[in-house]
This record gives sequence, C-alpha cells and structure tokens, in this order.
Amino acid sequence: MGASTGPRLSGMQKQVLGLYREFLRAARSKSAEDRRKIESFVSAEFRRNSKQVDRKNFIYIEYLLRLGKKQLAQLQSPDTVRLSSLDISVSETINHKP
Amino acid sequence: MAIGMFRRVIPRASTWRFVLARAHATEAEAQQVEPKARAAAALKTFSIYRWNPDSPSKPELQNYEINLKECGPMVLDALIKIKNEVDPTLTFRRSCREGICGSCAMNIDGCNGLACLTKISSESSSTMITPLPHMFVIKDLVVDMTNFYNQYKSIEPWLKRKSPPSAPGKEILQSKKDRAKLDGMYECILCACCSTSCPSYWWNPESYLGPAALLHANRWISDSRDEYTKERLDAINDEFKLYRCHTILNCARACPKGLNPGKQITHIKQLQIAKRLTL
Repeated sequence: MGASTGPRLSGMQKQVLGLYREFLRAARSKSAEDRRKIESFVSAEFRRNSKQVDRKNFIYIEYLLRLGKKQLAQLQSPDTVRLSSLDISVSETINHKP
Repeated sequence: MAIGMFRRVIPRASTWRFVLARAHATEAEAQQVEPKARAAAALKTFSIYRWNPDSPSKPELQNYEINLKECGPMVLDALIKIKNEVDPTLTFRRSCREGICGSCAMNIDGCNGLACLTKISSESSSTMITPLPHMFVIKDLVVDMTNFYNQYKSIEPWLKRKSPPSAPGKEILQSKKDRAKLDGMYECILCACCSTSCPSYWWNPESYLGPAALLHANRWISDSRDEYTKERLDAINDEFKLYRCHTILNCARACPKGLNPGKQITHIKQLQIAKRLTL
C-alpha cells in the first residue's frame, strides 16, 4: 500500500519526521519506564517547535535538525540510560539583542 | 525553555569540543591597559558575524568600535575586550591564546586563521570577522566541527602494530632519521583552518577527507613504527577521500602553524603510485 493520500511533504519536513521516528526507535532500546518518559519528552519538544518555529525560517530549522541528530546519536548509545530535562524560565527583564 | 540532557552510566573517554556559549568571568588578561598611551585614541571597527539560535533571525554583521591603544595586539584580545566590556553575548571559542589549542580558528578579513596569532592590522579602519567558511554555525563564531572530527577519527590516528614490541613493556624505538620524517606533520593542531579554506572541501565536505585529515593520514603512513602502512594506503585510495585534492594549496596558505598539507597529500599520492608499480 505505497500510495499515500496525505499532503505532499517537502524534503525538510521529511527530514524532521524521519528524525522524530528515529528518536522513537532509539527509545525502544531503553527500559519501559524510561521509554515512556523519552517518548513524551521528544513528542512535546517536536510539537512545541512545530508551533513556535516559523516554517520559512530554514536556517533555524536546519540548525534544530543538526542539534537533534547530535542528541539522537547520544541517545542511541547503549551507555545512555535515560533522558531528563531541565526547566529554565527566562525572566522578562533580560533584554535580548536582535 | 526545556533543554534535553542525557545521563550516562559510563562517561565516555573521548571529549567532544562541546564549548557552547559559556559564560566567562571577567578576565584580567584582556586589559593590558597602559594609562599613558591613552592620549590619542586609535579607533578601529570590528564587524563581527552574529547569529543566535535562541532569537531566530537572519545572520548579520554587528559593528564594534575598539580603541587599539587600550587593547592587546591580537584579534583575540579585541574579541575578549568586546566580550568583557561591550557585549557579553558575543560567543567564540578560545582557550590557550598562544596558538597551541586551535580553538579560536575563524575567518579574519577573508583569511582563515587563529585569532590569537593574527595581529590586528593597523592599516585598514575596519576588520571583518566571520566563522570558518562553509561550516554549520552553532552560534556567532562557533561552528559545528562534528564532521571534521569524524573524518580525523576515520583515518585511525593511533599506532597500529602487527608484532609485539621486542622488549615487553618497553617503548618501540625509532631512529633520529625516521623521527625527522614526522616533522611538518606532528605540529598540526586540528584547527580546521586548512580544510575550511579548501574549495574542494567546500563542495564535498562529507566524502573528501580534507587537508587536515589527510595530513594526519600521512603522519601515520610515514611513521616507521606503524605496521599497517599498506592497509592505511588502501583505506584512503579513493576517488573522493584522497583524489579530490587538486593541489589548490589554499591549505598551505591558511595554516597558522606554517605547515604544508598539500605537500603531504602529494606524498600519499606518490606512495599510491609506487604501490601500484610494485604490484
């Protein structure tokens, strides 16, 4: 059943989906509890960026893809057992230079 | 903002150069101020490439004016001064400030070089500083060196022996003449100035090994103690890995240590021909 009825994806969209899929595959090699955590974190991260990032901002999306590939390579290593995240709330007073 | 962190059971021995946006404390070394030299200000503009992934916008050149009378002689001194006194968000790699670590490789006025070994030119009124060309930018002047290091790894830069050493537990000795063959190669600090100045490497960064990795390949091929010379030659005898070098020799021009990677690559090519003829 090769014929897909979904929308035609651009090369970059395919890369993003491929990366997401690889993350889920890498999560399979971890313990059941860690796998669940990894999946929820990865999914939240992809969803967040899909909403926040402008789809025309190719430089930034490519940057995120490379970052993701690096993190994936770390996650795929058998030495890595779990993934944890850190919440840093940036206060509004800090001025961001353009 | 959430940042992913990975926890490992065993920390890997290999250290990545994972030097991102470190916040540095103020450094006294940047301020070699001589009070009496303050009379006439010699202002110079530094146009520095800026791109921050956290506030996604297009990359741009930002101008900073620096009084050269209050600044050290090297480009790195100016960068540290800007980071300390003008704009702490400016990001770049630096470590030894004397050309031995290779961290501060960047493109200064169109030429690749180490910021710590490049003098601030007093002839022009402005200097442009950009990251190494054709490398993926992580932030400002920091580039992604993953591919470069993987290529270095692929040439297996360690001593490989077939026979055990003659005296167990002792070093494998080498004559002075054999040691002299390694001159002009062992000095390489892997700053990536040569590889990123090579047009051939720009167009084939994945498949062509680049001058730095090939120079190190020749360093192990030429080593009298290494017994895998033939295997090493076979491993890089490839249309892309080795023969994308067209002796443009930008590498020799860019090398801040004064080495000539192009000459070493030619040496490998000669050995490949000699190997063919003896078969």
